Amino acid sequence: MTADTTTAPRKHTAGIFDVRNIIAVLMGIYGVVLIVMGVVNFSDTDKAKADDINLNLWSGLGMLIFAILMALWAYLRPIVVDEVQLERDKAAAEMERPSTSD
Amino acid sequence: MIMDSSTLRLDAGPVDYILIALYFVFVIGIGLVARRQVSSSVDFFLSGRSLPAWITGLAFISANLGATEIMGMSASGAQIGMATFHYYWIGAIPAMLFLAVVMMPFYYGSGVRSVPEFMNRRFGPAAHLVNAISFAIAQVLIAGINLYLLATIVNTLFGWSIWISTIIAAIIVLSYITLGGLSAAIYNEVLQFFVIVAALLPLTLIAMHKIGGWDGLSHKLHSMNFAHDPMQSWPGQGLTGFGSATLSVIGIVFGLGFVLSFGYWTTNFVEVQRAMVSKNMNSARRAPIIGTFPKMFIPFIIIIPGMAAAGLGAFSGSGTHDYNNALLFLMRDLLPNGLLGVAIAGMLAAFMAGMAANISAFNTVVSYDIWQTYVVKDKDDKYYLEFGRIATVIATIVAIGTSAFASQYNNVMGYLQTLFGFFNAPLFATFILGMFWKKMTPAAGWTGLVAGTVGAVIVGIASQDALGGLSQGWVGLSGQGASFVCAGAAFVVDIIVSVIVTGFTVPKPDSELRGLVKSLTPKEDHAEEAVAHWWLSPVKLAGVSLVLVIILNAVFH
Repeated sequence: MTADTTTAPRKHTAGIFDVRNIIAVLMGIYGVVLIVMGVVNFSDTDKAKADDINLNLWSGLGMLIFAILMALWAYLRPIVVDEVQLERDKAAAEMERPSTSD
Repeated sequence: MIMDSSTLRLDAGPVDYILIALYFVFVIGIGLVARRQVSSSVDFFLSGRSLPAWITGLAFISANLGATEIMGMSASGAQIGMATFHYYWIGAIPAMLFLAVVMMPFYYGSGVRSVPEFMNRRFGPAAHLVNAISFAIAQVLIAGINLYLLATIVNTLFGWSIWISTIIAAIIVLSYITLGGLSAAIYNEVLQFFVIVAALLPLTLIAMHKIGGWDGLSHKLHSMNFAHDPMQSWPGQGLTGFGSATLSVIGIVFGLGFVLSFGYWTTNFVEVQRAMVSKNMNSARRAPIIGTFPKMFIPFIIIIPGMAAAGLGAFSGSGTHDYNNALLFLMRDLLPNGLLGVAIAGMLAAFMAGMAANISAFNTVVSYDIWQTYVVKDKDDKYYLEFGRIATVIATIVAIGTSAFASQYNNVMGYLQTLFGFFNAPLFATFILGMFWKKMTPAAGWTGLVAGTVGAVIVGIASQDALGGLSQGWVGLSGQGASFVCAGAAFVVDIIVSVIVTGFTVPKPDSELRGLVKSLTPKEDHAEEAVAHWWLSPVKLAGVSLVLVIILNAVFH
């Protein structure tokens, strides 16, 4: 008599822990800060250093756009975490080599 | 515009410090949150076996872009110019493609998870122990380089002496490793890549603008005192230091392109592991290939700024020049507060990631491959974890010492390549020979490794400066050319000794070597699956990458 060992898969998206979301949030914050710096604090020394190009503003814009694209990608193609499969993988790995927990 | 090449200080403002602090709050925050609530999502990214190829490709290239590469390549760009590109187009891409197409199926199929494990199963305990010890030593030496470079940033930010900066840096890294743990490390690794690119791209663009574009750069550099044309990459005598152009080409193709680069990419399991957690063999093979595309173009934002720094006068004037500071000069003189903060955050993150990776690799190998396997066996997990913690602290302290040794190099790239020649080159020779020659015996395994390393060290001492103050200068080899010869010597000596010793000793039976030697592994284990689109085929994708890199080489010769 064999027992049925399959359980219903528990799946969910990786959410905030999806590395793309982390990248998007950090770059988004950086982008906004730099844009503000570029608009508010474009000093004469900055102008002299960079031949009148507002580096903060442009870089900030670039970072913000990149962040939005990253977040969009994570949203449209999420990573689906299958908890049951994860448990099986971890058990298999434990048998091969004891892990260092952190 | 003449750059002030006297004392280097970065003028960071409050906004910069906020941006830097924000980065570390993110990274350590993830580490802490992941520990408090067991998050399956974080676990998934760390150890799940089901990641798609583009994520593992991302992790693969992030793990590779280290601080030593950024500082070392820009330093080389400032010192010798275009020949530095060889490190990427000759010294990385071909090896990455080889790893993906030939070696990945082998690793995946053999179930081997680390190089020491391969050594153990293929050659037995002696080779395993030799490999583990030399790996541990290499990690501490490389950690010293990362620590030294980290200390220079602390020094330029606050003006404290290098010694105090080093100790502060060591304390910072130790806290980061303890607080963040493995989770923080992996996220940091990926994040730092993007932050670095976000900072280096505008930096390169503005530096090129300042110097007058490609023509301006060419004009400026040609008017300076370079031993070999800095705008030409072949025959690359600036890189090798060889008088003869033919020998220079051979040195680059064989020493760098084959031994050093194949040795690095096929045995660097930190990277290989990032690809191995892919959901199937096809994805695992594609991850390094996907990595080659950004890898081909990254040098434009790392090497070119170094060249521009030289062209803008950062290294003019008399006295010894510390080329390692090329990017720092540019940051000081071109970046406004704000972007400067991003750049510093990226640099600090990269050095921390590098040193943390070295220390934790050291920790794992010393605790499990050496201590648990040969010295104190059969204790429970807690014992080895505790041992690992002590090993981590000791490794950090020793790294302070090795960082002092690293500080004597005005271009850490030379030192790093020399270390690779000592440790990776013999390993690669033994690995490749063992993979293709089933008769190679366990005794040949460890004697080849030892002989190769000794051979490289002898060449290093005989050279003029491969080992800094320890080199005696008996032979006229210097610079990175010396490290290529060390690597070549290690490779050749290892092979010769392995072949000789195999003649006198007994090999393992074929049954034990299945999956570990090519000839004893059935074809089905390595068969390539049918795919729907051409870009999903590793071999075709690799072909595209190879053609691209050849074109780049031709355009920028």
